[in-house]
Amino acid sequence: MDTGDGRLRRSIRWGWVGVATVPALFVGYFFAYPVVRILDVGLSELSIGASGLQARLLRVGWFTLWQASLSTVLTLLAATPLTWAVSSYEFKGRRLATALVAVPFVLPTVVVGTAFLSLGFVQSIGSILAAHVFFNVAVVVRTVSSVWSRIDPRLIEAGRVLGAGPWQTFRLVTLPLLRPAIAAASSIVFLFTFTSFGVVLILGGFRFATLEVEIYRQAVNLFDLPLAASLAIVQLIGVTTALYVYSRYQESRSASWEVAGARLLPRPRGAMRWLVGSVVIASLTVLMAPLISLFSDSLGRGFYTGLFGSDAVVGSPIASVGNSLRFAAIATLISTIVGLMAAAAISARRGTLSKWFDMLLMLPLGTSAVTIGFGFIVALDWPVDLRASFWLIPIAHALVAVPFVVRTTLPTLRSIRQEMRDAAAVLGASPWRVWRQIDLPIVSRAAMVGSGFAFVVSLGEFGATSFVARPNIHTVPTMIFRLLGRPGEVSFGMAMALSVLLAAITAGVVMWLDRARVGELGRF
Amino acid sequence: MRLSKLTAIGISALALAIAACSAEQAPGTLTLIAHDSFADGVTEDTFAAFTEETGIRVEVLAAGDAGSMVNQAVLSKGNPLADVLFGVDDTYLSRALDEEIFRVYRSTEVDKVHPELVDTQYRVTPIDYGDVCINYDTAWFESTSIAVPERLESLRAELYASHLSVEHPATSSPGLAFMFATIAEFGEEGWLDFWADLRDGGVRVASDWTTAYYTDFLTHGGPSSMVVSYASSPPAEVVFSEEPIDSPPTGVIEAGCYRQVEYAGILAGTQYPAAAGKLIDFMLSLEFQEQIPLSWFVFPANQDAQLPSVFAEHVVIPDDPARLSPAYIAENRDRWIDEWIQVMEG
Amino acid sequence: MLEIDQIDVSIEDTPILRQADLTVGNGEVVGLLGPSGSGKSTLLRAVAGLVDVASGDIRWDGASLLDVPTHRRGLGLMFQGYALFPHLDVAQNVGFGLRMQRNATPGPLISEALEMVGLAGYENREVDSLSGGEKQRVALARTLAPQPRFVMLDEPLGALDRNLRRMLMTEMREILTEREVTGIVVTHDRDEAVAMADRLALMREGTIVQTGTLSEILDRPANDWVRAFVS
Repeated sequence: MDTGDGRLRRSIRWGWVGVATVPALFVGYFFAYPVVRILDVGLSELSIGASGLQARLLRVGWFTLWQASLSTVLTLLAATPLTWAVSSYEFKGRRLATALVAVPFVLPTVVVGTAFLSLGFVQSIGSILAAHVFFNVAVVVRTVSSVWSRIDPRLIEAGRVLGAGPWQTFRLVTLPLLRPAIAAASSIVFLFTFTSFGVVLILGGFRFATLEVEIYRQAVNLFDLPLAASLAIVQLIGVTTALYVYSRYQESRSASWEVAGARLLPRPRGAMRWLVGSVVIASLTVLMAPLISLFSDSLGRGFYTGLFGSDAVVGSPIASVGNSLRFAAIATLISTIVGLMAAAAISARRGTLSKWFDMLLMLPLGTSAVTIGFGFIVALDWPVDLRASFWLIPIAHALVAVPFVVRTTLPTLRSIRQEMRDAAAVLGASPWRVWRQIDLPIVSRAAMVGSGFAFVVSLGEFGATSFVARPNIHTVPTMIFRLLGRPGEVSFGMAMALSVLLAAITAGVVMWLDRARVGELGRF
Repeated sequence: MRLSKLTAIGISALALAIAACSAEQAPGTLTLIAHDSFADGVTEDTFAAFTEETGIRVEVLAAGDAGSMVNQAVLSKGNPLADVLFGVDDTYLSRALDEEIFRVYRSTEVDKVHPELVDTQYRVTPIDYGDVCINYDTAWFESTSIAVPERLESLRAELYASHLSVEHPATSSPGLAFMFATIAEFGEEGWLDFWADLRDGGVRVASDWTTAYYTDFLTHGGPSSMVVSYASSPPAEVVFSEEPIDSPPTGVIEAGCYRQVEYAGILAGTQYPAAAGKLIDFMLSLEFQEQIPLSWFVFPANQDAQLPSVFAEHVVIPDDPARLSPAYIAENRDRWIDEWIQVMEG
Repeated sequence: MLEIDQIDVSIEDTPILRQADLTVGNGEVVGLLGPSGSGKSTLLRAVAGLVDVASGDIRWDGASLLDVPTHRRGLGLMFQGYALFPHLDVAQNVGFGLRMQRNATPGPLISEALEMVGLAGYENREVDSLSGGEKQRVALARTLAPQPRFVMLDEPLGALDRNLRRMLMTEMREILTEREVTGIVVTHDRDEAVAMADRLALMREGTIVQTGTLSEILDRPANDWVRAFVS
């Protein structure tokens, strides 16, 4: 008996190693190794105590930290009303609303920056914060509402019956239950704003430099690789600290709560209808204002038909849509497989190793695009020279997308009770079958949310793409950037038209994914 | 017997290796690494004539902006990503030359280029040049009867400074070029005073060209009637106009222009230096040079190249644009930008 | 005294309760008995203020409760499936109602409640680690700890196995008697209803068909359905 048990344990452990290997190799080879190599190149030339180094690090680091923290808090606050409405009630246009919030997420920063300026925002810290909120509201709304809408309503009712008013019930019951989801969303928003680049440049002017901006300036404009490498290390330390605090916080609370199945949400009635209606309309109006300004700019003569024609300078703009969709499909596939395997490995084991592995997977979100791009150049010539391969584009996108898949699937995987797996095993299912029959169907809903994010991240990715040497293939954001980079009304109009198209494709894809998700649920 | 056979094989292998070294095999494909805005303008036709003539296809790698591209070339020194690099300008040339990433090559066509643009050691070959100049909205100056400024000096007046939009030199390449123009004009002693006057007069600073041109510039709905842009922007306004127009809505102020030259070079470590040389020759040939204006809105380096009519009609090529030497730039750029920031942002 | 007076309740336009009528006297426990889907839970939810009442009235000691929000009704409701708060431990769950009453020293009352249900010393356990029977007891303790004036238990023994049910049934009756609880116990099992309640109320298709003790009902069943259901 004893030996049999030991053998079983061992085979489970090897199974775990097998599952963990793929994501570990992926992140190790495409992220950790290039980053270590480029930092090594940079630091080998560093002379400590270069004049003003410390003061600059301190100033830039401090600004990066506080603007990211403030942006995260403001994003949470701004997202709360809409998150509440779509989590609590079923209403006409609910799906459209949750799809539309995802649109800002993919728009190239240069387009949004232009839209903000044309709406009357001036270069200031306030504009930076507003744009950060605009870009990231989707992360909070979508991540938190996917948990909120599934909280067992009896828990809320129990709170009410026990004498808690609506606000107290929210504070003492709902909020603690949402805490893991809020923490997950906040960590992603924090990482995004911590590494903010385009928004800070366009809406801040040069007075406000984040670490990301400073790394770019030092490495690319001033060729000061040592200083850039030190800044990159400071950035990595900051991000790692933030992730560590977050994971400690996650641990102190049991995250393994039973997640109720999907339920039908009630329709709002009476005064609630007005409240829900005005919350949704107000939130969407604010979110859509820059988009509406884009849209009206795109309505000139022949801007849309121009996209389908052949432009003497940039070829066929519409072809970039096909390229973007292809890259996004590959990136989504990679990140979903890698992310699910990683989440399975992390959820199967509690302990230090899992925790650090989880953090490693999050790091690419918080690493500057310059560091990753230049890392590719110095590292990826072995065993196959991938440095100029088109595969680098979807791989770079997938690196940034994997954390979304992990963050959205991990809570669900953790909530699956071991008895269910044991039950399946007793019924004769192999570990692989158990995973396919129990874990996968349960996690697939969350995985769809994660894949949706991955797709959208890839569609809108610009920063990392532009630091990778790549075959001369346009994605939609690079095409928009190109069109915006030349004078003339038609160029500007076509860039706006292409942005509107990107927004429409995003909303369409997200709605389709949401729908697929609901269909999926119908089956269990 | 055995030994001699081995020896024979060894000798023939050695002979093959030597042959491979001396007479380079023609490659099926050459790789050209370029900054995004060049890569963006490449179409199927761009190198068609070259492929027809030599049987070599040209694959273009896009590598971000010019600074990022030069960095990538430096980081991959010895095992280059491509055979030829295009698009390094004066701003980054020193860095590239210091790192010795190029192989010396004297193009057969280089004599057709104005000698002022040519690198005396032939490490890089000039392919095109562009002028960064202040553009103005013609309608505004006509309707207000305010005179179009003829010298940089005039911009010190609040009347003009408050109507000027420039790009930040740390984040924008035309912004940097315009800063160089002011240094060339006023010298190390005077240029910061000029900028202090612009600041006091209310000049606008955008982070990039797109924001300055499309958000700040009056022609596209902004408040500024003058913007730092390119000498080729007015013809582009005609080409990319929504309604067909006879003359551009914008003009170029000839004073305070700065010339940027873009070079190509053969990357050291390429397996195909001879073929790479042919590609450089092609890029200087009329075939390629005459495509340059309408593809990239810059001017051909080959003086024999004909300009397309829309350029010939609407373009202003300044007589005496400013230029600074790459070495001078490399030595001082960082300090200049810091000083500029000190003056402009305190 | 609780009076449910001819109430109608619809959910998503489907009528669930039709003219439901029931009175519970002070110190009395009524066993609400009926097949599943007959509207038993909805009746409790109407009393708790968790669903809107379309017509009729619900009164406590003569005063209407309809305009009183749930959290001010001073009721206790034990949910089917218990609805324990997963983010709180056992003591925090049991003490939740006391906390809402701003009780500064809930400790002794929590211990007392846990002792009453036989879980002394369970204060710091996570609710996820409890067995089904233990969860049931924690839920009961949570419902009773704030000493509500009226208690409603929705299928309190629902998911438990038979032996456990029989044991808890008796235990529960003792606790209800000892605390002099006024309330309603919902069940679909006649024996459970008889064991825990003073009086039965039979419900069918949203209406209370008959009330009385088991023997009263057995003697004079209101109709054939009642006869078939209780015997």
